[in-house]
Amino acid sequence: MRRRRPLRHVTFTLGAAITLALVATAGLSLVYTPADPLAMSITGRLQGPTGSHPFGTDHFGRDVLSRVMSGALTSIAVGLIAVGIGAGPGMLLGLVSGYAGGRTDEAIMRLVDAVQGFPAILSALLFTAVFSPGMPVSMVAIGIAFVPAFARLARGSVLELREREFVVAARALGGGDVRLLLRHILPNSLPPLIVQATTSFPVAILAEAALAYLGLGTQPPYPSWGLMLKEAQNFLSLNPWFAVFPGGAIGLTVLGLNFLGDGLRDLLDPKTA
Amino acid sequence: MRRYVARRVVALAATLVFVSMLVFVVVRVLPGDPAALIMGTEGSPEAAARLRDALGLNRPLAVQYLEWLAGALRGDLGRSIQYDLPVGALIVTRLPVTLPLALLAAGFMVVVAVPLGIYAATHHRRGGDYVAMLVSQLGISIPQFWSGLLLILLFSVTLGWVRSGGFDGWSAGIWPALRSLLLPAVALGFFQAAVLVRATRSAVLDVLREDYVRTARAKGLPGRRVVFRHALRNALIPIVTVAGLQLGQLVAGAIVLESVFALPGLGRLALNAIGARDLPVVQGVALFVASCIVVINFAVDLAYGVLDPRIRHEAS
Repeated sequence: MRRRRPLRHVTFTLGAAITLALVATAGLSLVYTPADPLAMSITGRLQGPTGSHPFGTDHFGRDVLSRVMSGALTSIAVGLIAVGIGAGPGMLLGLVSGYAGGRTDEAIMRLVDAVQGFPAILSALLFTAVFSPGMPVSMVAIGIAFVPAFARLARGSVLELREREFVVAARALGGGDVRLLLRHILPNSLPPLIVQATTSFPVAILAEAALAYLGLGTQPPYPSWGLMLKEAQNFLSLNPWFAVFPGGAIGLTVLGLNFLGDGLRDLLDPKTA
Repeated sequence: MRRYVARRVVALAATLVFVSMLVFVVVRVLPGDPAALIMGTEGSPEAAARLRDALGLNRPLAVQYLEWLAGALRGDLGRSIQYDLPVGALIVTRLPVTLPLALLAAGFMVVVAVPLGIYAATHHRRGGDYVAMLVSQLGISIPQFWSGLLLILLFSVTLGWVRSGGFDGWSAGIWPALRSLLLPAVALGFFQAAVLVRATRSAVLDVLREDYVRTARAKGLPGRRVVFRHALRNALIPIVTVAGLQLGQLVAGAIVLESVFALPGLGRLALNAIGARDLPVVQGVALFVASCIVVINFAVDLAYGVLDPRIRHEAS
């Protein structure tokens, strides 16, 4: 079978380029932003794009470009940790469920069905009622919403792999359940799980923005794209640019990550490779 | 079919029990002392003790859970601390906003996505397909609340056709109420439609490659008949799966759009309850919404059995 070269895959290359730009922007914001993202200026409020403020300023006179750059870091951090929170327990539940079978499988899958009833917004509402709103609540709520997808995918892989010759052979050689799962089944289940993680990342970024918008995620004055849109809402007629740039940043980032996920799926799927 | 339905009903019941457990654990167990949480830092220890007693928080957790579950099964979700009204009654008063919003968005999603997906599949790798996929990709990338804001900017701020938010209720007339829900429904449905377009296109494309479709074409059947009578019926299972999952997401998405358009629905009820530390309301709304999503998923499962006899035979 001929292997496809990643760089010749247009969707993958475009997605990877946008994602790299996002990561570079987030990294750069750690050492450089055109202005302090938290510095206010009473005289320079709600300005449109100018030479000194290419994305304009917000209602506190803060530089929108600097806040958009710092917001990229928030999105990446929440996205990565949320996907990790979803992938870890999700994969574990799926592996155990598929491998054990029977009543354990049935019970775990009903639990997974129940977790599916809690989209990120709903989990965040619940957690915020009990804990203070903020980034940790966002990460956990979004991560929980990802658990069912990872669990189902891992379970499906285990069901497919557990009767394959190499697993049967390893069992015949005296391999224990944990060793079979971790050394033989898990590595062979990874490609679809990696694709799932990539496709979950943009969903996490959208969810983080929505939670920040509702006041359940990142709290002021720290920059988050969703929070910036919430603040921009009251000034739509005065300065629409204030809403355009953070919204555009979310859209472009999610578009790039979706392209990357689609490209990766094509490249890793043996049917299309 | 009866055995298939019976098995699914048992699974639904078990899932709903897990849903209730998850809500109970987060609201009653994780905070340690819910009474202290409700009172905040201002409450005296005596007042917290009285509240603990009034809410029955001194009893064992298992007893508290079973009593709460038994109440929920009778429709009694407790009493709101903020409004001093039954939580169930509060939810019922907010449903006439959230439910029509989700249904309008679902209607928009299906009406836009299914024909567009079929069009893209039947025009595979031609201009129309690329345009449909581009629109879908953009739809997936734009957050619902941002499309809501852009719609307000265009239709309310710039054109002045509709107001930017608020809801006068159905008593003010069907048309004014629908007008208030139209923009949020479009913003909500657009994102979900973008996902469904891709699923429809992919499902129809898969079926169009099947031998029986080729045979139907070879028999000389007109293209439309092949697509609608032969291909679409068999592509329905993946389409129904995705549409069903999207319905659950619509209920959750409605919570966000209610905030953008200042609609007094379930989401705003829960958000206000958080500000007022009204735990019974948050608990009731979470249980209600999560149960609705689980029941929608159950209905999708049943639909599989109706659409594809192989599934119900295998399952039973």
